Amino acid sequence: MKNPSMKLFVLGFVAPLTVSVALAQAVPAHAAASQPWKRIAIPPLHEFKPVQPRRVELANGLIVLLEEDHELPFISGRIVIRGGSRDEPAAKVGLASLYGQTWRTSGTAKVSGDALDDLLDAKAATVETGGGQATSSVSWSSLKGDFDTVFGITTQLLLHPDFKQDKLQLAKRRTEASIARRNDDASGIAGREATQLVYGADSPYGRETEFATIEAVGLDDLKAWHEKTVTPNNMIVAVSGDFDSAAMEAKLRTAFEPLPKGAPFQTLKASFPGPKPGVYLAEKTDVDQSNVYIVGLGTTEDNPDYYALDVMNQVFSGGFGSRVVQNVRTKLGLAYDVGGSFGASYDHPGMFYVGAGTKSESTVEATKAMMAEIGRLKTVPPTPDELRKAKEQVLNSFVFNYDSPEKVLGEQVTLAFFGYPTDFLERYRVGIDKVTSADVARVANKYIDESKLATVVVGNAAQFNPPLSSLGKVTTLDITIPPMPKK
Amino acid sequence: MPLLSLKRVCVVGVVVLAAGVCGSVRAQDLASFEKRTTVKVLANGLTLIVCERPEAPVFSFYTEVDTGSADDPQGATGLAHMFEHMAFKGTTEIGTTNYPAEKVALAKVEVAYAAYDAEFRKRVGKDAAKLASLKKSFADAQAAAEKYVIPNQFSEIAEQNGAVGINASTSEDSTQYFWSMPSNRFELWAYLESQRIGHPVEREFYKERDVVQEERRMRVDSSPVGRMLEEFLATAYVAHPYGRPGTGWESDISQVTATEAEAFHKKYYVPANMVIAVVGDVKASTAMPVLEKYFASIPAGPKPEPMTTVEPKQTAEKFVVLHDASQPFYLEGYHKPDYRDPDDAVYDAITDIFSNGRTARLYRSLVRDQRIAQTAQGFSGLPGEKFPGMFAFYAVPLPGHTDDEIRVAIGKEVDRLKNEEVSDAELDRYKTRAKADMLRGLADNDGLAHSLAEYQTRFGDWRQMFRDLDKIDKVTKADIKRVANKTFVDSNRTTARIETVAATPAPVSAGGAK
Repeated sequence: MKNPSMKLFVLGFVAPLTVSVALAQAVPAHAAASQPWKRIAIPPLHEFKPVQPRRVELANGLIVLLEEDHELPFISGRIVIRGGSRDEPAAKVGLASLYGQTWRTSGTAKVSGDALDDLLDAKAATVETGGGQATSSVSWSSLKGDFDTVFGITTQLLLHPDFKQDKLQLAKRRTEASIARRNDDASGIAGREATQLVYGADSPYGRETEFATIEAVGLDDLKAWHEKTVTPNNMIVAVSGDFDSAAMEAKLRTAFEPLPKGAPFQTLKASFPGPKPGVYLAEKTDVDQSNVYIVGLGTTEDNPDYYALDVMNQVFSGGFGSRVVQNVRTKLGLAYDVGGSFGASYDHPGMFYVGAGTKSESTVEATKAMMAEIGRLKTVPPTPDELRKAKEQVLNSFVFNYDSPEKVLGEQVTLAFFGYPTDFLERYRVGIDKVTSADVARVANKYIDESKLATVVVGNAAQFNPPLSSLGKVTTLDITIPPMPKK
Repeated sequence: MPLLSLKRVCVVGVVVLAAGVCGSVRAQDLASFEKRTTVKVLANGLTLIVCERPEAPVFSFYTEVDTGSADDPQGATGLAHMFEHMAFKGTTEIGTTNYPAEKVALAKVEVAYAAYDAEFRKRVGKDAAKLASLKKSFADAQAAAEKYVIPNQFSEIAEQNGAVGINASTSEDSTQYFWSMPSNRFELWAYLESQRIGHPVEREFYKERDVVQEERRMRVDSSPVGRMLEEFLATAYVAHPYGRPGTGWESDISQVTATEAEAFHKKYYVPANMVIAVVGDVKASTAMPVLEKYFASIPAGPKPEPMTTVEPKQTAEKFVVLHDASQPFYLEGYHKPDYRDPDDAVYDAITDIFSNGRTARLYRSLVRDQRIAQTAQGFSGLPGEKFPGMFAFYAVPLPGHTDDEIRVAIGKEVDRLKNEEVSDAELDRYKTRAKADMLRGLADNDGLAHSLAEYQTRFGDWRQMFRDLDKIDKVTKADIKRVANKTFVDSNRTTARIETVAATPAPVSAGGAK
């Protein structure tokens, strides 16, 4: 009997809820009715103090985090390395991704990638590499009895990779398929265009991988990237599972202590001017639903206003009771998938977005409804009820931030990577608790400026009623995929 | 980099334990699970499972209703899915300011809608003025009923009490509801879940119908692979409801009524047709009485009669070609038996050997060596497993390569499976990974709740989840060859492909009540 996940792919009617509190739909006083659920006792939550990982810093700058978890006989680990797609040259966008794909498939100086596939699959173990926006990584997992073998492969891969031309070609061809297909997915187009508008098409955070930039990447680029990034002071090693921490620390010291310190990796400072305001249209004639995104610049998590903004997010779109879900989905029936967030990233501004998928005819109506909700954030501060619900939602579900050892470890890796205090989560809880309605109103007015937002619509313009021009001057986006360079 | 919406099919399911994988399976074998897993069938027929896993003060639940889209009445496709949405609309106690008055108002909505619909569907003699007037009466009746609604109150209560992952899904075979919560909210959850199962109210039905239409537009109409899949199933099946879209045909959704949804609930949401599994920081000794307190009062009803339609044997090879303004895509499927078939684990073995990881045959031949596909896999159970579904193969061609090349390449691999035995390494890999995957799944409340509820529903005993291991261990190379020869024959095949053409305007959809 198989994969339940398959069902979801086939029919996938997962009822969504991506997002969503109540618009304080003023419930009449007599309505309080009986509300039997309020009479159900809520006992105190069982005492629970998640064990924090053991942290070791080697003399060469490598940070090690160890989290014991003895429930199952597995050990998993992850090596996070500074440097990602935001750091690659503009002419070689896609380099970090190709590096992540080619690294593992090429294999090590001793064992080819293909042979590693056989070796690892026979043990139901994995060693994988990947390239992301800010990092690349090597991760591994196996039954604990296979740890030495699998960790041995991991370190071989880390220290003695053997980038191969045929595997780079394979990665390039698969990446090209994604480029060629990127206009088949309407919501994907909307997300891509929205990101480019917010950060800029040439920005390290907005630029697109193209056939030409893929073609420009050679084997030497991968080797140079590896040389530059893989040094102990640019890495964090995190291991969780069924082991003894002292013994594990000794194994990691043996493997990593001999590595010489390298140059610290520097990410270039980028500028964030935000989108050029206006209405943008990407035409797609084979759809009967529009994807609409209203976007602007967000903030960073170390902003002292982050807590108030986060409560604002809850009120706005944090759950089923949130304003946009209540109004755009439930009250108006204009969308199935609707949501938004004043986004925050750790070391650069996130994105503010409000988005929905709506039938072609109601494109303008849905856009106006979302814009009206953005405006109401500034003019209608959260009611006491909305504020209470928003905060309860965050605080009562707080335990899910650390209900498994992997989550505890993952959080500490992220905090260590971006240089945040290890008690950031606890500070967050306290911060959220203190937010008032006036705080939310203040940050809404401080950070949201409708005149600085861009609206992106991907849809079948012939079916719009009224036309998009009723929202203002429309700029057409050219989503034509630049062809492959002539060989 | 976004791939297509056909995600990587994760293979093996759940199967466990026993030999080989590791001597140290600790508290993860059947015996230890029996100690912390309790099953109780209430007098009304409802099956409850409590599994203690007190790692953190949280729990997850999974309610499985043994009814899915395949049970949609003819002419009302999409109803099971529609009802799943309605299960978030509240109950006689939740989501209303005054239920007795709301009930009267909702009855008036049904009367007004029926009058409007009758006029709207008249073939001859439709009176435009009368239709407009009836439409207004319908709108007025809805507005009158909405005065009593507290929108989304059901979900809000859950959210404010710390529920995460609130969701539901409808497959062809079953409908499921699930979330996770801090364990001090266990009793509150029992109240909420028993309310929505036992006493749902079909409020705001006609607005939710619009939301569901929007979901259909997203998943099917505006998605090339969604469009293709719908045509594929409609072609592969001639009699069984597996040939119909789970979201429903647009015209069916546009005319289904709250009255029909209520009838559907009455027939299918009976306690005897449901299993609820709870996993986490709960003790059976204290949890069972709480569950009984809330769920025992749901009225009993007969388990719905089993479906009798059996898809006849396919005797002619079938082809579907979509001329579409999107990139090529290839899919072929073969009818196979349902999950109770003695060869079920053999199909799982074939899935593993064809699709799992970089040692998989389709990856190695189509992706790595021939470089004609970005992704290529084979898997069992499209669109379901409760009734005979299909074994399907698909691939995403690389730029410059065609569906025909894919068809030939997949055909070669299928022939190889029919003509030669698989290697010892391949068969061992399947067995090893199936066991390890099963083990990995045990450290996860929501996944475990899902598995327990699903096995209990399908086999009448969650222990089958562990016993399946025997079935896996018994699979032989000869079995694989035999099943391949039985299943993968031309006359049992349906093929679908997307052939790229220049973009044309989408047809404006026709009809349906607005």
